[in-house]
Amino acid sequence: MTTTQAPTRRRRATWVPYLPYLIPGVIAFVVIIGYPLAMNVYYSLFRWKGGLAPMRFYGLGNYADLLADEAFWTSFRNSISMIIAMVIIPTLIGLVLAAVLFDYLGRRFGPRVASVLRATYYLPQILPVAVAGVVWNWILNAQDGAINVLLTGLGVADPPDWLGNPDLAMPSVMLVLIWVQVGYPVVIFMAALQRVDPELYEAAELDGAGWWDRLKAITLPQIRPETFVVALTCTVAALKVFAPVYVLTRGGPEGTTLVPSYYSFLNFFDKSKVGYGAAVATVLTIVIIVVAGVILGLQARSERREREGR
Amino acid sequence: MSTATDSTVTGPTAVRRPAASSPNRVDARLHRGAGRWVVLALAGLFGLAMLSPFLLMLVNAFKSAADYSQNGPLSLPTEFYTQGLVNFWNRTDFPMKLLNSVLISGAVALLGTLLSLVTAYAIGIGRIKGRVWILAVFLVANMLPQEAIIYPLFTMANAVGLSNSQWSVIIIFTVIQSAFGIYLLSSVLTTFPVELLEAAALDGAGRFRILWSVVYPILRPTLGVLMVFFFIWTWNEFFIPLVMLTSNATQTVPIALASLQGDRLMDAPTINAGALVSLLPALVFFLIFQRTLTRGVTAGAVK
Repeated sequence: MTTTQAPTRRRRATWVPYLPYLIPGVIAFVVIIGYPLAMNVYYSLFRWKGGLAPMRFYGLGNYADLLADEAFWTSFRNSISMIIAMVIIPTLIGLVLAAVLFDYLGRRFGPRVASVLRATYYLPQILPVAVAGVVWNWILNAQDGAINVLLTGLGVADPPDWLGNPDLAMPSVMLVLIWVQVGYPVVIFMAALQRVDPELYEAAELDGAGWWDRLKAITLPQIRPETFVVALTCTVAALKVFAPVYVLTRGGPEGTTLVPSYYSFLNFFDKSKVGYGAAVATVLTIVIIVVAGVILGLQARSERREREGR
Repeated sequence: MSTATDSTVTGPTAVRRPAASSPNRVDARLHRGAGRWVVLALAGLFGLAMLSPFLLMLVNAFKSAADYSQNGPLSLPTEFYTQGLVNFWNRTDFPMKLLNSVLISGAVALLGTLLSLVTAYAIGIGRIKGRVWILAVFLVANMLPQEAIIYPLFTMANAVGLSNSQWSVIIIFTVIQSAFGIYLLSSVLTTFPVELLEAAALDGAGRFRILWSVVYPILRPTLGVLMVFFFIWTWNEFFIPLVMLTSNATQTVPIALASLQGDRLMDAPTINAGALVSLLPALVFFLIFQRTLTRGVTAGAVK
């Protein structure tokens, strides 16, 4: 802050001595992320079985092949389902839950009740998602899974194969992902609501504003910054999702739950089509950066508008 | 989960209490009516639904295979059967997986926080020219899909003799996690009180001295949050360990469980027992550091 008044020559001198502290980080990032990322793009221009096999230059051929590859398009279409299950539905449920816990239950039964409930919603977030997926895989199992045993007990003669039926596999995976995600927006939104002056709610209530009015007039505007954070982090996570698909369905049945990250993994390590897998990963990277850029742009616009509105 | 309650709560109650107690009418009205019990029941039911997979896992982790095939997954175990746990423990050589996970996550927590601190010192305090762009690069690095770097990393690890080594995973995650840490600490450090730095400089402290005796002590709570985050995130990681750690001796806990899936010899009780012991370390760690963690989730969101 104070350096802004100093003459330009002195200011330049103040940051240069800090460069040595930047060097380890820069080297680490170039070696572990920058160089591999560039190499991945380079690989995507070749047909290569990996390892010591010969690399044959293919130009943009892998990308051209992707355009005609039905599985590739399916995987990105499924990313939309992932965004619905990991961003849209959890954000909506999380919004309602956070408002109910904070503005309703917290004030009627005390904050302790609200925090216990919040902790139960948040629990799936802290555990290894692969382990939770293994448990869900068994719960959804067609023969001895808990859900189907329950359904049989209730008299359903032929309970569905949740993860094995091509029509049901994606909704089942989405259900698990909603379960995993929902606690995250609840925690973030409740933290955001703690910035609100409680008298604001009380005054609104005395003025006869119902719960819904308070949600629209106080809660929603208050948590707008956090909504962008949740949307950004969860959308990126949804585009990257791998472990739940790996432990639940391995992309099956009939490729109905294939996602881009799993498809590139398959090409790398299963089909030995390294160049092709690299092309899928490169496309995924570009999609993520573009989507993140759009969300960050919307956030900047919203902040600008809010400043101007005041 | 009762320990998981009293962290962020203290703030708002302290603020709210005077307001709630002064107009008694509001208070009385809030505590009237049956509607609130309906809402509480609904929220509680949702909580129960969220917990039900864990409850099912718990019930079935202590069943014998015979009990399970006879009575199914929904009944309580007829006897307290721990052979499933022992089976899983021995089959996966669980202590070794646990050691691998602790070693990898602990090293990443430590090294990642250190790298974050040093780099953020240059960006936040040193105000390096072009720092906005540098931060943007770290932000993008944090969003990259791991698939876009995994094959070259795999090749590189082979080239330097780190194939199937925990060190390859430690190095990779130190860098990946610190992308977030640098971003967070840099924005914290740009608001660092300049007077403290100037006073230290007047006392003749060099930049390294200022980092360790002025910046580090003040940042310690935030660094603690970062370490907890890095530890849990790395513990829960799946993709990179799955690819890089190819033998039984190096695998981490989540990989060990997932790789047993579909094994004909692993019946449902054993899988559940395995899931239980695989979840416990993360759960225990979460409960221990719950206070720090809830603060951190919030801190991360506002930045």
